[in-house]
Amino acid sequence: MATPLIQISGLEKAFSTNESWFSQWRFHQGKLKRHKDSVHALNGVNLTINQGETLCVVGETGCGKSTLARVIMGLTTPSAGEIHYLDQRIDQLNNRQRMFFRRRMQMVFQNPYASLNPRMTVYQTLSEPISFHNPQFSQAQVDEQIDELLESVGISASSSDRYPHEFSGGQRQRISLARALSVEPDFIVADEPLSALDVSVQAQVLNLMMDKQEERNLSYLFITHDLAVVEHFATRVAVMYLGRVCELAPTRTLFSAPKHPYTRALLSAIPRLDSNIAQPIRLIGEVPTPTEKPIGCVFQARCPYANQRCYEQSPAMVLQNDGSSVACHAIEEGRL
Amino acid sequence: MNLLSVSNLHVNFHTKERELAALIDVSFTLNRGERIAIVGESGAGKSVLGFSIVNLIGKPGYIESGSIKLENKELTKMNLRQLQEIRGKRIAMIFQDPMMTLNPVITIGDQLVETIRSHTKISYKDARNIAIEKLHHVQIASPERRFNQYPHELSGGMRQRVIIASVLLLNPDIIIADEPTTALDVTIQAEILQLLLAICRDNGVALVLISHDLGVVSKVAERTLVMYAGHIVEEGPTLEIINDPQHPYTQGLLNALPQMTLPGQRLNQIQGSMPSLAERPSGCAFHPRCPYATQKCREQQPRFIYSGVSSVACFLVEDMLNEFAEQDQEAN
Repeated sequence: MATPLIQISGLEKAFSTNESWFSQWRFHQGKLKRHKDSVHALNGVNLTINQGETLCVVGETGCGKSTLARVIMGLTTPSAGEIHYLDQRIDQLNNRQRMFFRRRMQMVFQNPYASLNPRMTVYQTLSEPISFHNPQFSQAQVDEQIDELLESVGISASSSDRYPHEFSGGQRQRISLARALSVEPDFIVADEPLSALDVSVQAQVLNLMMDKQEERNLSYLFITHDLAVVEHFATRVAVMYLGRVCELAPTRTLFSAPKHPYTRALLSAIPRLDSNIAQPIRLIGEVPTPTEKPIGCVFQARCPYANQRCYEQSPAMVLQNDGSSVACHAIEEGRL
Repeated sequence: MNLLSVSNLHVNFHTKERELAALIDVSFTLNRGERIAIVGESGAGKSVLGFSIVNLIGKPGYIESGSIKLENKELTKMNLRQLQEIRGKRIAMIFQDPMMTLNPVITIGDQLVETIRSHTKISYKDARNIAIEKLHHVQIASPERRFNQYPHELSGGMRQRVIIASVLLLNPDIIIADEPTTALDVTIQAEILQLLLAICRDNGVALVLISHDLGVVSKVAERTLVMYAGHIVEEGPTLEIINDPQHPYTQGLLNALPQMTLPGQRLNQIQGSMPSLAERPSGCAFHPRCPYATQKCREQQPRFIYSGVSSVACFLVEDMLNEFAEQDQEAN
């Protein structure tokens, strides 16, 4: 089997909530003790991303999907775990060493209104990464490449001296994509790139992303909460809950036979157009904030099938017959 | 008689250069206990329509002409005092972002009590009881404890429940919900929609749901209005509109949904984007993006005509209907 493009193992990230030294001291049983509070955004994530595939990560607000994207890109450092790009470890590099990988991996952010510099024209936005990563390019070569890029994302090259505010949301997101593509990466992380856009414009951006994937054999890590988009676009889907992947499956398998109780609830909640109204599976409560490292299954508090073992022991990912992997005691034991 | 009837409503925005029309000749009716939805992309004017029903559009927007009648009372001619009698008590609104709607420095209990006491003469204690009962009604666990909490202590879904409770306090006849679930997760969205639906059914409240999500609309509304660039372009029963859309824009909107295409195939996109108010095209506003546009569409504004089950403003449909009528005559 070919080496996966990105391999993530045991990734953890905790954000400290009392950073300052003074707020870390507490009285505990009559003694002054130092105590660090933290929110555990990622609790041991294992994932691989193969070349040319689209891995979609879905989950509710606060499940750690954006943190995962930022950690992979090196925008925040992980607390534990390893990230490999092909056969090189990339999670502990300094800025200088990372430069090479910045060229290979790019990111598209959620809000095209905030992620483009309002005081830079489209030309400036695009020329900066191109001339930075290709110092040997002449001015003419840079210009040529920018024109090509803009045409390829469906924006006329003549508008390259305009500012972001002169474009619509969809156009801005296409410029963001052009910026990510400008250094010719192999891998693009897209963090909710469609959620600020209208349905018809979503289709434009999604089509563009698929075209580019075909042209350049790109791999995507696509983070979203819109399951309709996932069904359409993903090769494989990872469902996250409270900083853990609870189900990982090929798209078709996940949508036809969801296994994990959380995935089932999530899929049943999509408002669909067809008229046979299936009752959504109601989840009790809301996503808790993981201030303590969870013992047992992360989904225990909301799971209708939880038993004593779920409270005590954390389930491992188990490969199923149809190619999906699920972390659930109930499925392992055949209760579900 | 209709509970609410909006007829020939024109809403303009005043700018230095000229008047920009945000709503053009909008008419619709709402019956008691009916649930309707207004759909369209951003910039279509759906929120402006929702706001103008209770005359909440702030400057530089204003209602240029037309009438909005609640039973037989004309809302456009009312002064602020009369309007305040209507707002909240007869027509209540739910906004998109629950964090922006609730005051962050007042406990949710006090906000609810304030709402009741500003409309009815009632003691704090009685108002508190009503508020707790309504919180209970929207399935908030331990409402007594929540009563004394601040908005930031609640989760997004819980806040939207509080808003729904506050809307119910005065037993309104109409609830206008402007994208009530857009800021929420799918699982929470499903719960809130079910709650909203149950409340409208149980209390006979009419609902105007403003949304861009056709999936959400199909679950809640009986009738749907599709808006484009300030016009209503199609109106009809929700199921009809979803299963057999007549207007090219509605067709485009539905076809653009990912579930309408096989996985991995290119999505059907509508070319271009919604025109801004200042750049409204001549004739039918949709013609630059319409695959069927003719010379007539570029020059004239189509009328709203009734075609079988839904009403559509499109020359394509009109011509087709005329052709059928001629054929019928010949056959006779």
